[in-house]
Amino acid sequence: MRKIKYSQAINEAFHQVMNREKNVIVMGIGVNSPWYVGHTMEGLFKKFGCNRVIDTPVSENGFTGIAVGAAMSGLRPVVIHPRMDFMYYSFDQIINQAANWHYMFGGSVNVPLTLRGIVNRGGEQAAQHSQSIQALFMHIPGLKVVMPATPSDAKGLLISSVLDNNPVIYIDDRWLYDIEDDVPDGFYQVPIGEAKVLKQGKDVTIIASSYLVYEGLKAAEKLGALDNIDAELLDLRTIKPLDTSRIFDSVKKTGRVVIADGGWQTAGASAEVSALISSEIFSSLKAPVRRVCLPDAPAPASKTLEQVYYPHSEDIYLSVKQVMGYKEKA
Amino acid sequence: MIKKNKKKPMKPDLKQLFLSMTRLRMFEERVADLLLKDEIKCPTHLYIGQEAVAVGVCEALKKDDYVFSTHRSHGHYLAKGGDMKKLMAELFGKSTGCSQGRGGSMHIAAPDIGYLGSTAIVGADIPIGVGAGLSSCVRKSKQISVIFFGDGAVDEGVFYESINYASLYKLPVLFICENNLFSTHLRICFRQPADNIFQRIKTFKMPSKRIDGNDVLEVYKNTCAAVDHIRQGKGPYFLECRTYRWRAHVGPWLDIDFDFRSKAEVESWIRKCPIKKLEKAMLKKKDFSAAERDRIIADVKNEIDEAYRFSQESPYPDAKELLNHVFRD
Ligand SMILES: Cc1ncc(C[n+]2csc(CCOP(=O)(O)OP(=O)(O)O)c2C)c(N)n1
Repeated sequence: MRKIKYSQAINEAFHQVMNREKNVIVMGIGVNSPWYVGHTMEGLFKKFGCNRVIDTPVSENGFTGIAVGAAMSGLRPVVIHPRMDFMYYSFDQIINQAANWHYMFGGSVNVPLTLRGIVNRGGEQAAQHSQSIQALFMHIPGLKVVMPATPSDAKGLLISSVLDNNPVIYIDDRWLYDIEDDVPDGFYQVPIGEAKVLKQGKDVTIIASSYLVYEGLKAAEKLGALDNIDAELLDLRTIKPLDTSRIFDSVKKTGRVVIADGGWQTAGASAEVSALISSEIFSSLKAPVRRVCLPDAPAPASKTLEQVYYPHSEDIYLSVKQVMGYKEKA
Repeated sequence: MIKKNKKKPMKPDLKQLFLSMTRLRMFEERVADLLLKDEIKCPTHLYIGQEAVAVGVCEALKKDDYVFSTHRSHGHYLAKGGDMKKLMAELFGKSTGCSQGRGGSMHIAAPDIGYLGSTAIVGADIPIGVGAGLSSCVRKSKQISVIFFGDGAVDEGVFYESINYASLYKLPVLFICENNLFSTHLRICFRQPADNIFQRIKTFKMPSKRIDGNDVLEVYKNTCAAVDHIRQGKGPYFLECRTYRWRAHVGPWLDIDFDFRSKAEVESWIRKCPIKKLEKAMLKKKDFSAAERDRIIADVKNEIDEAYRFSQESPYPDAKELLNHVFRD
C-alpha cells in the first residue's frame, strides 16, 4: 500500500468526501490561505469553488451558528479552526445549540456538523495558541469526539465524521502531520467509537490518543528492550463515545494501566477513562491507574518551561515502571 | 461633531514623536533580523509601517491611562513607555521579560504604566478595555482606557457588543481601530460588505472619525481632541486609523510571494512611511537638524543594543517554576 503523510490523508479525505457528497461545505478562517496549517486544505478552493469552500470573516461564533443552521437544512458543513483556542467564541453554538437540538426537539431535527479543531502548539506559542481541549467537548451530551493518531485513521475518521448525522468534534494534532504510513487510496470510513490495539502485550496497557499514541509506542519499545516489560498499546481513536469493551478487555488481560492524554489532567479525558475502569472492572486491577497529561498550568512560552510542560514517551515509560513496581501493602 | 478643545491647543513635541516612532521602527527591524537568524522563536507580529498610530495616540495619554492591545503589540507597549529591555527579554522567553517568559511576543504587559496586557485572541481585548473604563468610572478616577485592535477584530460579534455597551453607559474609552486592510491574507472587502467601519460606529451615537494613520500629527491631534471629550465625561470615542503593515502577518518576511497583495501595493505604502513623512517636514521647517536626527538614531541604536545584551545575559525561567503564577496568593 502507498504511504502518505497524516496531513495529506486529511487533505485526501476532504477531496474525496466533497467529491462524493455534494452537500458538504467547509468553512473557517483561512481555509483558502496559501499557508493553511500543514497544507491540509490544499486544492479545495480551486476544485470546489467559493460556494463550498468558504474563507470566513473572523467571526467564530457567527459562522459556527451559520453552519448549524446550514446543517439542519440539508448541508453537511465542516467548520475548521487552525487552533482549538479560537473555538471558545463559538461555544454557545456548539454546546447550547448543535449538541442539544436533536434531543431538545425530541429527535425531530438533527445537526450533521463536523467541527475540526487543530491542536497546534509548541514553538513558544504560549497560553492562547496551544490548547488541547478535547475534555471540554467530551463533557457535553450530544457531541461525539474523535482524535485520530495514524494517517489512515485521520482519513477514515474524517469521512465518518462528515457522514455522521450528529455534531462531531474532529481533533487533529499538528505534531502528527509529518508521520507517514499506509493509507488506502479509496473512499473508506473508520467507525466512530472503536478503539484499536496497535501493539499487543500482556503486562500493562498504555491507553493513549492522538500524538501520545506514538509516544506510547516509543515507550513500549523501550520497556520491551530495557526492562522486559511487554506493554499493550490501545489507541482510543474516539474519546466519545469511549470503546469501553476494548478498554476493559485489555485491562482485564494486563491488570495495569497508564493513560496518556494531551489535555490537562484535572477532569480531563484520562479521568473519565480511569473512573470507568475503577468503577466497572476494579477487581482486575493489580495496581492504581497512572496518568500522563498536562500539568495544571496554561501553556508557557519559554522553551525551558515548554520542555517540562508537554508529556513525552519518557513520562509514559516512567509511569509504566511505577505501575509495574507497585506492591500491594499487606 | 465634537468641538475642538479651545482652552489649550496641545502642542506636539515633534522630536519626541520622531524619537518614539524611530524606537518602534528600529526595535522591530532588529527583531525581524533576530527572527531571520532564528534567535527569536516565538510567533511575532511586526508593527513596521503602523508606528504613527501607536505613537500619535500614546503621546496624547497620561501615564496612568490604560492601554490594551493584540497579537501585534510591541509598538503600543513601547509607545506607552514600556521598558525595551523587558520586552526584548520576553521575546527570548527569559525570566527578566515583562511576562517572565510566560507570554512571549503575543502576551506582554506593563501594569506600572497602565499597559494591562495584550491578547492573541482577535477582538478579546475590546470588552476587557471597556471593563477598565467601567472601573475607572466606578472609582471616579480620571483614567481613560484605550483599546487598540485591527480591522479583523471588527469581524467579531464581541466588537459590536462592546461598542454598544461603552456608548450606552458613556464609559471613558477610546477605541483605536488600526485598519491595515488585512486580516492575515484576507483583504477587508472579502470580510465586510463595505470598508466603512467609522461610519457604522456613528449609528451607536459614538463620535467616530476616519483619519490618516500614517500621519503622526493627525493621529496626535485627533487623539488629543478625543481624550478631551472623554475626560469631560462625554463618553467613548472612536478613531479608525488607515494604515498598512509592511511585513508578513506573522514573521519577518514581506508577504509578496502570494497573490493577495502585490509588491507595488507594498511599495506604495512604503513611500507613505510615517517616519519619513515627519522627518522631512521637520528638516524643512528646521524643527531639528540632520545632525540632531542622526544623534537620535544613534541613541536608539544604543538602547536596542543594550536591550539585546540584557536579554542575552538574562536567565531562562527555572523548570521548577512551571506552576508559579497559576494563581495569585
Ligand atoms: C479568535 C481568533 N480567531 C482567529 C485568530 C487568528 N488570527 C490571528 S491574527 C488574525 C488577523 C487579525 O487581523 P486584525 O485584527 O486586522 O489585526 P492585524 O493582524 O491586521 O494587526 C487572525 C485571524 C485568532 N488569533 N483569534
